[in-house]
Amino acid sequence: MGFISERLRAIVIHAAALIVTVLSGGALASGSKVNQLDMSPGVTATGQAIYDLHTAILWICIVIGVLVFGVMFYSIIYHRKSKGYKASNFHESTTVEIAWTVVPFLILIGMAVPATSTLIQVYDTDEAEMDILITGYQWKWKYEYLNENGENVAFFSNLRTAQDEIYNTEDKGEHYLLEVDQPVVIPVDTKVRFLVTANDVIHSWWVPELAVKRDAIPGFVNETWTRAEETGIYRGQCAELCGKDHGFMPIVVNVVSKEDYAAWLETKQAEAAEIKALMAQTFTMDELVARGKNVYQGYCAACHGMNGEGGLGRAIAGSAIATGDLTKHLDIGVNGVPGTAMQAFGGQMNDVDMAAVITYQRNAFGNNMGDMVQPIDVFNHKKG
Amino acid sequence: MGDHHHGPAQGLSRWLFTTNHKDIGTMYLWFSFAMFILGGAFAMIIRAELFQPGMQLVEPAFFNQMTTLHGLIMVFGAIMPSFVGLANWMIPMMIGAPDMALPRMNNWSFWILPPAFLILASTLFMEGGAPAFGWTFYAPLSTTYAPPSVTYFIFSIHVLGLSSIMGSINIIATVMNMRAPGMTYMKMPLFVWTWLITAFLLVAVMPVLAGAVTMMLMDIHFGTSFFSAAGGGDPVLFQHVFWFFGHPEVYIIILPAFGVVSQIIPAFSRKPLFGYASMVYATAAIAFLSFIVWAHHMYTVGMPIAGELFFMYATMLIAVPTGVKVFNWITTMWRGSMSFETPMLFSIGFLVLFTIGGFTGLMLSIAPADFQYHDSYFVVAHFHYVMVAGAVFSMTAAVYYWLPKWCGRMYNETMGKTHFWISFIGFNVTFFPQHFVGLAGMPRRIPDYALQFADFNMMSSIGAFIYGASQIMFLYNVIATIVAGKPTSDEKVWDGAEGLEWTVATPAPYHTFETPPAVR
Repeated sequence: MGFISERLRAIVIHAAALIVTVLSGGALASGSKVNQLDMSPGVTATGQAIYDLHTAILWICIVIGVLVFGVMFYSIIYHRKSKGYKASNFHESTTVEIAWTVVPFLILIGMAVPATSTLIQVYDTDEAEMDILITGYQWKWKYEYLNENGENVAFFSNLRTAQDEIYNTEDKGEHYLLEVDQPVVIPVDTKVRFLVTANDVIHSWWVPELAVKRDAIPGFVNETWTRAEETGIYRGQCAELCGKDHGFMPIVVNVVSKEDYAAWLETKQAEAAEIKALMAQTFTMDELVARGKNVYQGYCAACHGMNGEGGLGRAIAGSAIATGDLTKHLDIGVNGVPGTAMQAFGGQMNDVDMAAVITYQRNAFGNNMGDMVQPIDVFNHKKG
Repeated sequence: MGDHHHGPAQGLSRWLFTTNHKDIGTMYLWFSFAMFILGGAFAMIIRAELFQPGMQLVEPAFFNQMTTLHGLIMVFGAIMPSFVGLANWMIPMMIGAPDMALPRMNNWSFWILPPAFLILASTLFMEGGAPAFGWTFYAPLSTTYAPPSVTYFIFSIHVLGLSSIMGSINIIATVMNMRAPGMTYMKMPLFVWTWLITAFLLVAVMPVLAGAVTMMLMDIHFGTSFFSAAGGGDPVLFQHVFWFFGHPEVYIIILPAFGVVSQIIPAFSRKPLFGYASMVYATAAIAFLSFIVWAHHMYTVGMPIAGELFFMYATMLIAVPTGVKVFNWITTMWRGSMSFETPMLFSIGFLVLFTIGGFTGLMLSIAPADFQYHDSYFVVAHFHYVMVAGAVFSMTAAVYYWLPKWCGRMYNETMGKTHFWISFIGFNVTFFPQHFVGLAGMPRRIPDYALQFADFNMMSSIGAFIYGASQIMFLYNVIATIVAGKPTSDEKVWDGAEGLEWTVATPAPYHTFETPPAVR
């Protein structure tokens, strides 16, 4: 109860503060997002254009609303039976009826003009300086930097908020549900084209401050773009219902200076090169199990349980698959089980991680198969 | 021919086998209220989970089942059948007909509804849970990735569609063939007009919905790939087909509500409806436009810009006939002699809140701005302003308005007005803050949210509990009226009310207008 009354008091205080802010005509300071009332103009020219359009139409609606409701309330106050007001009997007027058909039509034309030019701006994906392929997965995003020189950079971006925060056994952090393990990084003042698609169901990539929302649809590649004018961290979420964890696949975009971007890209490319080198190596059981444990916790534990006890997915501990034929086990890891929630992870993790996690599953949670998979086995299996 | 003046049969068989439009109307109304309570209970679960950030009461998967069933049950179980019930009761009485044109089909179109919803609700207890893909059931989430219960959902939708089509054919046949002599089309009460147009919309689009779910069924069970990109199909096709049904569907919901308000506002303004003819034309214009605006629900799917522009302009145009309606209602009130009984309060509540929903609708029609609004809580706020404050407020007004005629007893006015004010406040506390969180970036259909949305969500939940509780008061008032309300035998319960339904005895006898009335 104490908590609730405290919250209620907070609401009253916030509400009062909001009214003061609105009445004083002050725009809400950017960055202050708690109890934000209005759309954010964001940090792009498109965002500003959309915000201006939104504001103009909102005010047109408010003015019309005040006029229409003003007339109505005047009537409600003065034309009352209880005040002895006698009803008149008029019931049509061609002039008035034509006027209130034509005038709204003209107002609409006035709205359509800026709306059209803004839309053309949103659709102008030409002359982008770089391309990022965004792929929606249940329930994470994959970013792939296309056409950059050097090693291909691609990674998944997963929710970082701990389950303990979500289930209220731990205090919630500042960026609760809006934080990821690896943000997508883009340079400032650069036209970035996003190619948006999905691997399973429809998702939608939405970052309000970049004024970008585009559906990620399996089988289609949609185009959109942004040109951020300020460095900073911008957060968004998947906007299209995509299943159980739709609320848990945030987007974090880190807009950095061009120099920082170049440095970041270099690091990422070096990492990619390292993985490539690892692919050719042969690992010992201990190495695979140690690496596999991390991979397991990042990819598998959500459904199969921290200790392989199962959950949304089947138990790994003592399972017929993890203690059965190795090729079949590997195949499920790579290709998933069609028609179930078990996805094909072959495209989501590199061959080293796949080899490690399969080996881990066969030699942990009481499973004691003693066999292992090497990256080259995964590579060969994928090749068929 | 038998005895024309017999009363209803006794016992259960009266209701099972009845072909009387009043009995069937009553059953529709009670059934829809039961569904309203069930859908409302699901809404309470949703708002309880969203009371605070973090997962407290339910799991995300179950949360999705709740949002899905809440939407489906409110749209197909509560709002649509309630207006069909009202049409059954009122259309014959308003046009001077003895009954509906096709009474046996009328019985059938009601009685297939309860089993359909029983099937839909039973999916909650099936393995894999109930449908969890939203009431818009976008493929492939509703096909390849759906729980096994989706097949029952498809069957249920088919049955609902059958019921709606039969109901609509009945209404069209009744209005076209059974008007009393002298009741020309342009003399029909506006409620009859709006329903006639709605019925045509239903006949046109329910088969399209049936087509959509049949294609889903084929994809799931018979190896086709209508909506599966992997097999050469097109997930966006689903959305086009769905919204070709779905947009007319929302007008199917709101047009009869317009009709109700067009009956009630003149009655309590003691002044004829302003611009009757333009009301009819505006309704027809809205119905026509509803067929060419569907893709405004899909601005973000990646349509070519020419498509976006077409759908944006067409959608903006809807503001014109809708504006005409609002202006007509307000001009009807202007220089009237108004009183504010419960039906009038709900009608004015409708007028104000529906207009706000109309404004946000206009904002949403602006394609570039929609890139920020789409799939956010702004949309949730918008459609609850038009669905709840629009359709449900109007329906509530209708019940208070005609209840004395139906049962010959007067409801408790103080309780009715209290119900209005609690509903009005509860509704706005629930949905107004949702505009803010939507604009600030909160997506819809999420079971948990970031901390900056916490205060407004708590406010929303408190409002929802208030609005929910006020419906119990409504139920109590209606039952108390039927059982022990103050009897009234005035033919005209309301002094300003016009229309044939107010010329029959109160309570309305089991059979009315066995000989057609004369209409001047």
